[in-house]
Amino acid sequence: MADNFDEATKKELSAFLEKEQTQAKLHSTVHNLTTMCWDKCVTSTPSTRFSRGEESCLMNCVDRFLDTSIFLVRQIQERRD
Amino acid sequence: MSDFFKNAISSPTDANARKEAIMTQVRTELAQANAQQLVNNMNERCYKACITKPGTSLSGSEETCLARCLDRFMDAFNIVSRTYTARITKERLEESSSSTFF
Repeated sequence: MADNFDEATKKELSAFLEKEQTQAKLHSTVHNLTTMCWDKCVTSTPSTRFSRGEESCLMNCVDRFLDTSIFLVRQIQERRD
Repeated sequence: MSDFFKNAISSPTDANARKEAIMTQVRTELAQANAQQLVNNMNERCYKACITKPGTSLSGSEETCLARCLDRFMDAFNIVSRTYTARITKERLEESSSSTFF
């Protein structure tokens, strides 16, 4: 089906697919983080809005997860040296 | 042979329409998968949070809880999405010269 496109269109399509793939990967990460941080931060019965603590817990949860990832990579690099 | 003719005959606008159709289909399918993932995750969490003792039907208070849980789960998704995107942007700026992460 995609065979009879000209070169420019093929290039455009492949750039489009790459962009969509990046976007899908981002979405999948956000899904994972949302469930992980929900389980950690939202422990009470859901009410009409998040408490201050729950909201900041969710934000901290994301940032500390990324810190953890960076920290562990650095540790592994240090140990290898 | 027939492919060759189709190729030779198809006008630029025709190719353009096919390209647009592919793009639209990809976008639609990804959006659908994304929504499905969100609903699945939410279903699991909200069931756990709201239906502690499953009865013969959903009670009024369980439905209230589920409706609130839906809104909170959306909030959580948006908070996480915002925080994550902001962090990635920040890391990219800081490490643009010696990028090792993300």
